[in-house]
Amino acid sequence: MNKHISPRLNRRAFVIGTAAVGAGLAIGLDLPFGGPALVRAADGSPEIGAWVVVRPDDTVVIRIARSEMGQGSLTGLAQLVAEELECDWTKVTTEYPTPGQSVARKRVWGDFSTGGSRGIRSSQDYVRKGGATARVMLIQAAADAWKVPASECRAENSVITHAPSGRTTTYGKVAEAAAKLTPPADVKLKDPKDWKLIGKGVNRLDTADKTTGAMVYGIDVKLPGMLNAAIKDCPVFGGKLKSFDEAKIANMKGVKRVVKVGDTAVAVVADTWWHAKTALEALPIVWDEGDNAKVSSESIAKWLAEGLDNSQPAYVGNKNGDAKAAIAGAAKKVEAVYSYPYQNHATMEPMNATALYTADKCEVWCGTQNGEAAFAAVLEASGLSAEKCDVHKVMPGGGFGRRGQTDYVRQAVIIAKQMPGTPIKLLWSREEDMAHGRYHPITQCKMTGAFDANNNLIALHYRLSGQSILFSLRPEALQNGMDPAAFQGVAQSGEAAFGYSVPNLLVEHAMRNPHVPPGFWRGVNVNHNAIYMECFMDELAQAAGQDPLEFRRKLMGNHPKHLAVLNAVAEKIGWNTPAPRGIYRGIAQVMGYGSYVAGAAEISVTDGSKIKVHRIVASTDPGYVVNPAQVERQVAGSFVYGLSALFYGGCTVKDGKIEQTNFDTYNSMRINEMPKVETVMMPSGGFWGGVGEPTIGVAAPAVLNAYFAATGKRIRQVPLRDQNITFA
Amino acid sequence: MANLTINGKTFTLDVEPDTPLLWAIRENAGLTGTKYGCGIAQCGACTVHLDGVAMRSCGISVSEAEGKKITTIEGLASGETLHKVQEAWIAQDVPQCGYCQSGMIMAVAALLNEKPKPTDADIDEAITNICRCGTFQQVREAIHTIASA
Repeated sequence: MNKHISPRLNRRAFVIGTAAVGAGLAIGLDLPFGGPALVRAADGSPEIGAWVVVRPDDTVVIRIARSEMGQGSLTGLAQLVAEELECDWTKVTTEYPTPGQSVARKRVWGDFSTGGSRGIRSSQDYVRKGGATARVMLIQAAADAWKVPASECRAENSVITHAPSGRTTTYGKVAEAAAKLTPPADVKLKDPKDWKLIGKGVNRLDTADKTTGAMVYGIDVKLPGMLNAAIKDCPVFGGKLKSFDEAKIANMKGVKRVVKVGDTAVAVVADTWWHAKTALEALPIVWDEGDNAKVSSESIAKWLAEGLDNSQPAYVGNKNGDAKAAIAGAAKKVEAVYSYPYQNHATMEPMNATALYTADKCEVWCGTQNGEAAFAAVLEASGLSAEKCDVHKVMPGGGFGRRGQTDYVRQAVIIAKQMPGTPIKLLWSREEDMAHGRYHPITQCKMTGAFDANNNLIALHYRLSGQSILFSLRPEALQNGMDPAAFQGVAQSGEAAFGYSVPNLLVEHAMRNPHVPPGFWRGVNVNHNAIYMECFMDELAQAAGQDPLEFRRKLMGNHPKHLAVLNAVAEKIGWNTPAPRGIYRGIAQVMGYGSYVAGAAEISVTDGSKIKVHRIVASTDPGYVVNPAQVERQVAGSFVYGLSALFYGGCTVKDGKIEQTNFDTYNSMRINEMPKVETVMMPSGGFWGGVGEPTIGVAAPAVLNAYFAATGKRIRQVPLRDQNITFA
Repeated sequence: MANLTINGKTFTLDVEPDTPLLWAIRENAGLTGTKYGCGIAQCGACTVHLDGVAMRSCGISVSEAEGKKITTIEGLASGETLHKVQEAWIAQDVPQCGYCQSGMIMAVAALLNEKPKPTDADIDEAITNICRCGTFQQVREAIHTIASA
């Protein structure tokens, strides 16, 4: 290999076998003296800007900063880059830059955080520019070689053509020269009407290895000399580790070390994880559980119920007119109290991370939704500086918000730090995963609606009481103490705006934060706000003696995009035609993550308690659809997650601990319970909304409203299993 | 010590007889395609074939598996030729995160072996794996595609 083009591998870079992402995870830097800055991938191929590497065989490697966790963003982001790059899609592969490399290059790949349905919508602009920039450079390199103006050349399918002379070349042939050019200061992006690849339901780029067992998840990472750790953290949140009797397990097979992890947890390190877990279960541990051991679901419910009282302080999130006065003087009023429980993410792959610590280096391999947050956790736990740390992302077995947190990364580093030079793979048991979630927040909601003498809704008071995620996880995002995200779906404006106009409206939140740690759980606050609002909307329609769809429509005149998706599901489900015998319908709409969504369900009910969900029609207006096949899968998948939570979910607290321990007590729906999902995509353009989360909000209220249509009974609590209602 | 026949190969493994087959496969035989999800035979992520029958390997001890023909996801293909379930999974983009899919594919392969043209009711009865991403609609469609081929 020519010395000049031989890559200088970043010493911290590491390639995991035949890892998920193309040729590997490694990206090297090569900054030759005296010449223009030329950056090379680990295999020596040149970078054409930070987002694109072109190999001599015309393979295009697209860099992805956000995390793939099943939602398909890896493929969608590659489509965005490839659209502007005009490359051959069949020769596209992807790789993850590491957070350490990004930090070393002044965060050239931007935000790594993959939550809030932001993966595509928050990076679409700069990744498309990354593709366009590379295209301009590649064309310029060809034009320079031919000594013709670049304006006479065009690119398509990785082939550059000089139209006047008919000459052609390929990206792979001009990549070396292109990489040496100065990138254009500005590039023009295509008009959406000219998109060829964006909007196409191309197959995912990461499927094959998921069907053969070859895909490497965090749990599968293998390093030479690696040991395995099992961990137990104090089951009462906020409690501490008092003591443990290491001697009792010291002679058990495979056991190498028993280590404290911070002041709350203990881990057993052994040759295999099975040995570590077996020994950990035999280890006598004494906890200092503290005052939180007195907390139960009952005590939390009582505290939250007090917050529903108007005399208690509350933050106002949305307001117009004078709702309290209008309600006081109304001809008729309707009141209802709803509640929503804690939920565990229960990703199929329990939390895990592999860490290797030495005095001058700390590396972690893990599935994470936020490479940079994991990186920060490595820095903090290792005590080493940024240039000595890195995180290598592997495929997570599900995220749903849980892997945006870094508790498991921190633990792995703390253990590894006590065994320098030995790679440690920390894996949580399912039981540990259930006990130490970052749970969907717990809330209650009292809603009061008031009508005038003509059955017009004149006032609505929406009073939430319960937990704030931001209070716990991002206190800097609070606004004078208020959690603006608590109002997702019922906010005045923005990406989760309320879709109804009510002359007198008061939406408020009495914040009460129990000791159980909350987290961002797919759909986040949209889940409960959509159930509360959309089920209560049905109650109001009933009180007014009106059809639930017509009642909503009258309040939605100023919200045409909300209305459009609602109309779409109504039409598709056949709302205005009678349902088949024994089938009942329910409808719901909400806005979240910048997208407008609606759902309509058809169910049947046996013996008043066995629900068969036959069909759910969903509609979404996310502005633009990058990959309709993946949008369909996200919609159907969100319903599985949302309906599992509705029917089977709910984490309860006893003696300060979570009571559910595994899938036998925290069940998840199966294929026999899956409704047929039909998705209507109606991108109206001009904005970029999210996809992974918004639709989860409409599944539960649509089904609950259908249940009322079938039985005349309102369900105001989740989960249904507590009310002896099950899937048929 | 245990002698296990996995994917046609004999492994002599240094494991206690009560070790769950799942962990012997993953940690001792080094075949990590079979996944841990719950450890109590609820989720199906660890599904393998024992003498052709789909079983949850977390609930079977090594001693129970000795003498039986064990097939894991790595052994489903015939050499370079993927199993028809794997091919359909790729063609129809079934997996999302993919973590449960090794077990899902093994369960489906066993079903199709027994019932080449399963009805929806057959699928409902035989496929009880948990998928938190919610790929069920694609799983069902892919099974029918295979059956109608």
